[in-house]
Amino acid sequence: MLNTIYILWLRQIKRYSRSKARILGSLGQPILFLVALGFGFGPMYQASGQGDFIQFLAPGIIAMSIIFTAMYTGMEVIWDKQFGFLKETLVAPVSRFNIMLGRTLGGATVAFLQGIFVLFISTFFGFTIESYIYLPLALLFMFLIAVFFTAFGTAIASVLEDMQGFHLIMSFIVMPTFFLSGSLFPLEGINKTLYYVIRVNPLTYGVDGLRQSLILEGYFNIGFDILILSALTFLAIFVGASLFNKIQI
Amino acid sequence: MAEKMKKKINHMEKNNNMENNNIIEIRNLTKKFKDLKAVDDISFNVKKGEFFAFLGPNGAGKSTTIKILTTLLSPSSGNININGYNVLTQKNKVRESFGIVFQDQSLDVELTAYENMHFHAVLYKVPKKERKEKIKELLEMVELWDKKDKVVKKYSGGMKRRLEIARGLLHHPKILFLDEPTLGLDPQTREHIWTYISKLNEKENITIFFSTHYMDEVEKIADRVAIIDNGKIVSQGSVGEILDKQGAKTLEEAFINLTGKNIREESGDNLDLIKQYIRKK
Repeated sequence: MLNTIYILWLRQIKRYSRSKARILGSLGQPILFLVALGFGFGPMYQASGQGDFIQFLAPGIIAMSIIFTAMYTGMEVIWDKQFGFLKETLVAPVSRFNIMLGRTLGGATVAFLQGIFVLFISTFFGFTIESYIYLPLALLFMFLIAVFFTAFGTAIASVLEDMQGFHLIMSFIVMPTFFLSGSLFPLEGINKTLYYVIRVNPLTYGVDGLRQSLILEGYFNIGFDILILSALTFLAIFVGASLFNKIQI
Repeated sequence: MAEKMKKKINHMEKNNNMENNNIIEIRNLTKKFKDLKAVDDISFNVKKGEFFAFLGPNGAGKSTTIKILTTLLSPSSGNININGYNVLTQKNKVRESFGIVFQDQSLDVELTAYENMHFHAVLYKVPKKERKEKIKELLEMVELWDKKDKVVKKYSGGMKRRLEIARGLLHHPKILFLDEPTLGLDPQTREHIWTYISKLNEKENITIFFSTHYMDEVEKIADRVAIIDNGKIVSQGSVGEILDKQGAKTLEEAFINLTGKNIREESGDNLDLIKQYIRKK
């Protein structure tokens, strides 16, 4: 069982480490956001008496890079469907749950690493970690976000037939999930309807937890963040695995 | 020829000693895609240790049937047992019983040949001690050992095909499904591969279920043949029986008698064809 999970995990890592273009490419967007939004809105944010915008923004951008990579690696299931490799794993005499779990953990590890890179890069743009004691907690949040969204991507990819649906998912699920999560702006005093939308977005709790453990400021109770995010992550793995189990080629 | 006869006799003796010697049992299998019947109420058995050829023109329902037998697709109706296990209710047991070489590509092109083999060996529980040796033996058989560390996307079509076959032979299952395994390979490689598979069949009594468009391969090695066309079995029996029934000299002739002279749509994947057909409607 562990062998299955390990070999599928390893495959994701190998694929990632071999595509240097992909690693570099997926760092471009977070840097752009840090520069454009961080420095662009920074003075305004400061003028309103809220402090340093980069400090507020960086955890959101780290979360962004994680969910983009996680969704992408989760949705690689469609590529494998189209290029045939999925068949090789689907007829193997091992449980499909373990196959899905191995893939998901592999993809999540990749997304998690991407998050670490962005965390590291953001320090060059003026971001400072407030307390290193809470760093492990921040890493936990990053990992949970990564697992949740990889499993979520796998679940979606399991029911899609080809890549045509991919862009649809990116613009109607991934982008809104990122923009409406409190990654970019504080939740205090925002429109009520928007607030409710943000409350049902799983990423909200990930970003909030990450922000609390990195800059010691946040909106919800951090224990509540962990609880919600962990529960949703288990749910996503469960749903993803059962959809993956039903794939027909 | 004499050797072949001896093998056949051995075969029959072997089979007579068994109580239920059907390793594949297909009863009234039908597969519908919307209102299109890709497989239409077919029934046949394959005996343990048999070399069974499953033939048909492109789009006749071969690959769909093989996908159902290998748990990749669910049947619309019918009852199928593989190695005594039901394909719908005992999927994992069924998957433990067979190995397969797919008609179309199923390699990870971002990995090297060795990594593809290793991945398969782990998934199919080839004991750790044997892995290296077996991978080497098979990659040497298909003459890819010296290129084992090359990423597969740099391989030519023929090399990929050979790797695919080598991978399918890594573990020794009860049944080996080969869906047009030798498509596009030169005669030398085909010869190599069939010799290897024949040995496997003899030594380990592995049942071989294969499809091909090369009728000479079938004449040489198949114990029994089933021909499918438009989703229905149009003939089955030994090569000799089919020739007699059709009054034909060669299997090729019998095949054309049975399935007509029209050229079928040439697509790699039957299911894709059907999906396209449904979309067009």
